[in-house]
Order: sequence, then C-alpha cells, then structure tokens
Amino acid sequence: MNTLVVAPVLVPLATLVLGVWVRARPGWSAALSVLGAVALTAVGVRLVALAAGGTVLVAQMGGWPAPFGITLAVDRLSAAMVAVTGIIGLATVLQGLGRGGDFHLLVHGLLAGVSGAFVTADVFNLYVWFEVLLMASFALMALGGGRRRLAGALNYMVLNLLAAFVFLLAAGLLYGTTGTLNLAELALLFRQGQAPGSATVAVALLLFGFAAKAALFPVFGWLPASYHVPWPAVSALFAGLLTKVGVYALIRVVTLLWPEPGPVHHVLLWIACATMLVGVLGAAAQNEVRRVLSFHIVSQVGYMVLGLAVGTPLAIAGAVFYVIHHILVKANLFFVGGLAARLAGSERLPAMGGLYERAPALALLFAVPALSLAGMPPLSGFWAKLFLVKATLDQGLWWAAAAALLTGLFTLLSMAKIWNEAFLKPQPGEGVEFGSPPSLPGGSAAGTGASAPAESRPLGALPVWGPMAALALLTLLIGLGAGPVLDYAAAAAQQLAEPWAYFQAVVPGAGR
Amino acid sequence: MEILAALTAGGLAGIGLWLLLDRNLVRVVLGVAVTGNAINLAVVAAGRLGGTRPAFVEGGLAPVGAANPLPQALVLTAIVIGFGVFAYALALLRAAQRSHGSAATDVVAVSVEEPAPDGEEDDIGPAHADSPLFGRGPIGPSGSTPADPAVASGTGASDSDRVPPERPAPGDGGRGGAATPRPGGVV
Repeated sequence: MNTLVVAPVLVPLATLVLGVWVRARPGWSAALSVLGAVALTAVGVRLVALAAGGTVLVAQMGGWPAPFGITLAVDRLSAAMVAVTGIIGLATVLQGLGRGGDFHLLVHGLLAGVSGAFVTADVFNLYVWFEVLLMASFALMALGGGRRRLAGALNYMVLNLLAAFVFLLAAGLLYGTTGTLNLAELALLFRQGQAPGSATVAVALLLFGFAAKAALFPVFGWLPASYHVPWPAVSALFAGLLTKVGVYALIRVVTLLWPEPGPVHHVLLWIACATMLVGVLGAAAQNEVRRVLSFHIVSQVGYMVLGLAVGTPLAIAGAVFYVIHHILVKANLFFVGGLAARLAGSERLPAMGGLYERAPALALLFAVPALSLAGMPPLSGFWAKLFLVKATLDQGLWWAAAAALLTGLFTLLSMAKIWNEAFLKPQPGEGVEFGSPPSLPGGSAAGTGASAPAESRPLGALPVWGPMAALALLTLLIGLGAGPVLDYAAAAAQQLAEPWAYFQAVVPGAGR
Repeated sequence: MEILAALTAGGLAGIGLWLLLDRNLVRVVLGVAVTGNAINLAVVAAGRLGGTRPAFVEGGLAPVGAANPLPQALVLTAIVIGFGVFAYALALLRAAQRSHGSAATDVVAVSVEEPAPDGEEDDIGPAHADSPLFGRGPIGPSGSTPADPAVASGTGASDSDRVPPERPAPGDGGRGGAATPRPGGVV
C-alpha cells in the first residue's frame, strides 16, 4: 500500500531517468513515455479505487514519523487529481509523439512535480514539487525556440519564480513561528487556536504564492502572457494541470486550516468573482485561439475558488467536480485548437475559417468541450456550474451567483466567436493560405479518396485525434452519468470538511 | 545576530526587487538570483540563529546550544534549486538575447504580444512527421506527392501557377469534380 502512495511520484521519475538513456532514439523514448503515462494513469485509477472507501493512504518517507519526516498522504481528492494528471499526461505524450526525447523527458518531469504536489502532506515538500514542475515547465515552454517563445519563457519564468520565492519565504516563516511544516500538525495548531498570530502572516504569504500559481485576479498576468507561445501539446498540458496545482493547494490548505467560513473565505469570494469576470472579459478582447483559451483558464479558476470561498460541503464538492471537469475540458480545447490552427495554417481567428466544411469531425471535437466549458446541459460543465451556483445561492450570495452566471454567458459568447471565425466562416483567401502542401495532416492519404474521405482525413493519425476523442467522450460521460462523479466529489468534500481520518493517518496519536 | 540577518535579508530583497524592475533583462535575471538569496537568508534566520553546536543527539538528549538543522536542510535544498534555476535563466537569457539582438525588456518581453506566426510547421499543431512509431506521418513534404496526379488532373494548370486567381477552379473542383477533391482536403 505504501509503495502505491509513492508511485505517483516514482513512476514519472523512473520514466524520466530511463528516458535519459534512450533520449537519442525517438521511437524508444516515445514508447517509454507512453508506457510511463499509462502506468501513471493506472496508478491514479487504483488510488481512486482505494481511496473511494474513505481510507487515507499514508507513507512516511524514510520511516521517520510525521513531524520529523516527510509524509505523503492520499485521500479522495489527491487520488482523483493523480488520476486526472495521468490521463492528461497520456493525452499529451500521444499528441507529441514525434517531438523527440527532450519533450518526453520534460513532460514526465512535470508530471512528477504535479503528482508530487498532489500527494504530499508537507509544506516544504510541496514547495519542492512546485519547483520541480516549474523547472520542467520553464524548459518545456522554451522547446522549439524562436523569438516569441523565448520571450514568453522568460516572462513566465521570472514571474513564476517570484511566486515561488514568496512560497519559500512563507514556508520558512511558518516553520519559524509554528515549529512544524506538516500540514496535519499545522491544521491541528490552527484549529485549536494555538498558532501564534505571526503564523497568520506566513499563511497569508503562502496563500499568495498559491494564488499566483493558480492565476487568481491580481496576479494572473503571467498566464495570458505566455500560454500562447509553446508547442500546442505543451500549452494543453500547462492549461490542464499547472493552474490546478495552485487551486488544489489552496483547497487543501484553506479547508485544513479554517474549517469554518471566515475572513479568508470572504476575501477569496471577492477575488473569485473578480477573477471570473476579468478573465472572461480579457478573453473577449483576444483574437487568437490560444489567447482566448488562456484567458478562459483564468476565469474558470475563479469558479473553483468560488466554491472554496463559499465553503459549504456542497460548494466544495462543486469545486472538486469543477477542477476534474475543467482539467479534461481545457486540455482538450487546447489540443483541438492546436489541430485547428494547423489545418487552417494560422491561429489568428481572422485568418482561419472553413474548418466546419473541411473537417466536420474536428468541429464536433471542438463543440463538445467548448459547450461543456460554457456549461451547456448534457455536458460535464453544466453540472459543475449548477452545483456551484446552487451552493452560492443557498448562502444568499446572489451577487456571486450572478457573476458566475454572467461569466458563463460570456464564455459561451467567446466559444461562439471561435466557432464562427474558425469553423463556420469561409476560409479567407480561398485556399491560398492552406493550399501549401505541408500544412495539411491529411495530405499523405489524399488523392486516393474521391469525395467523402476529404472530410475525415484532415484529422490525421490516430495519436492526434484519438486523445481528443477520448477526452471529449469522457466529458460526455461525466455529463451523462454525473451521479457517481458527484458522489465521489461530495465524499471528497466531506473528507476535506472533516479531516479526522487525514489527521489520524498523517499524525498517528494526535487528538481530534 | 537576528537583527543583522533581518537587515541583510531586507537589504538584499530590496536590491533584488530593484534589479527586477530594471529595463535590462540581464539585471532582471540577476535580480532573481539576489532575491532568491535574500529569501534563503530569511528562511535560515526564521529558524532561529545562535546555536553553534552541531545537533548530534547522544543518549537521547540534544546538546545545549545546538543549531537547528531543519532550516539548514530546507535552505540547502532551496539553494540547490535556486542554482539550477539561475543557470537555466542565464541560458534562456542568452538565447533570447541572440534571437532578439537586444536584452531590453521593451524589445524582448514585448515580443510575445506579436501576432501568432502563420503557417510555421513547427509552431502549429501536433507533429508526427518523423516519428518512427508512426512513420507514415500525416505531415510532411512527402504528403504532397500522391496528391500530385489529382491536382494535375483537376486544377493543375492554375495550381502550378501558384497564384491566387485559382479561386473559381478549386471551388468547382470541390463541389462538382468527381476526381478532384477540395483544395483543403488534398493539397
């Protein structure tokens, strides 16, 4: 059982180390990379199955008991996050099969950091995993080079390092004021009112670091300044996972330290509303596929934090549901956007067009996550928004609910903009832009088909559209069979609201 | 001692932030390093200074006046991470400086706001062209060769010209022509 708790970190790290050996052989490293991602997904699914019963799986690193050693703990929320991380990692490496060894190495480095952050129960260890995923993401963002990309990577690096510094300072101060870095011990101190006042300052800094990583309202600037420059598969990986690590850390720390809604929740509520509205309004002003989607990440993060800020079990369940739904949908939108841009020969919306006619299957693949993002009924986003809005209204916060619904409307408008520009509108220039031979994935098989194949061919090879179709199917399944997923999210929220099992598992012998 | 450490950390952080706000990216990267060291110092100081003896526990009793090893371990980790980050930052800075011909923030950092480049193969979309696993990749110059006969039969004349006036031809070919697929589907 203990090895399974360490597995979310070990599997990507082992893949990374083995990958160094086969780095120069593209075929081997691609195969190894896929294998590693499949293994991580399997570990995640197994963890979900084990954690679903309510037990908290724990591993004390090096055999040192909790306050002295580093503890890894997996509850329902962590297990679900690891599983989703594996799925997105798998989709990403499949999308980037031909990218060469370095890409695969770095993706697994990033996956190790992300899953490590999800399973750790120690503040400083969390910092280390943040740095691991940041280092991998710095390099991933610059892969391929070029003017824009290098500049974007510099922007991204400097701003994220500042956030990481604040996090490190907070960890140091937290240790200085409370004498522990174990999350469960910190929670017990705070709940019993034994934490000194100065520890609150440290925790505030900590939350600031998480907020910057999650791209919350005043400190989201790094995200739209950089997410549109890397390779599309890298963009999708970042969009799916990175901000959600910040959101996860916020959910974990806030629910542990402040079980009752208080001033922190109040501040978060305002920030969440501002994040939703600013993000979605920023998206309205953008004119490129990935820039629009990047701003939508910001606004969607606002929803998740809204659930955390409202703080009732239903709201937190909604937030957990939202995180899971959002990771799948957002990464998929970036995948589809990347392929659409490749087919159209540009990702500037004015230069795109005609994709509905040329690639109807791709249009369908776009429509499913786009409508889900906007919260249309049969899809996963509808349930996520429904529970959040209901929880918000239950608390009488009608203005926050109004902000959420307004954001949903603008999201729909934004998605409709991409749909109209890229898919419905005729291609400007009538084939001059996309007529150049190398820009079409369907090229190799073309010429043989007379009429119908021309439509399905542009989707290209199975590893390209397969992950998109699978993610879209998953979105649809979560939407149609929301019951079990919501039950799981509600159970996870229950575990967050009453973390006695977590305390018992992490710090055995500690009182309630 | 703690006051001195606090003042040093504060001073370093001030210098670091000042460098970070500079218009020259070299100084920005240096600012990252200085700020990181200020934070490291603050973390050591937050873990209590003053203890001078190594914290070797003998007989179950910690020695009097032992230094706290935990913040030191934390900071060692942070220093190693910071060193790696700084090295990578310098490499990235050099690459960015070369590609832009300048290290000024208003030249380099602003270039992310440029519109996305059109049609750069490596920039857009997934590439499987040279993947050995999926060797028959969908992308690449080889893709155009089988299409050539079809193009020649249908819109070959205008296509070989490679000029925009081919507009009516692909439209006809795509709708009506049996052997001629659409411009997008084929070429």
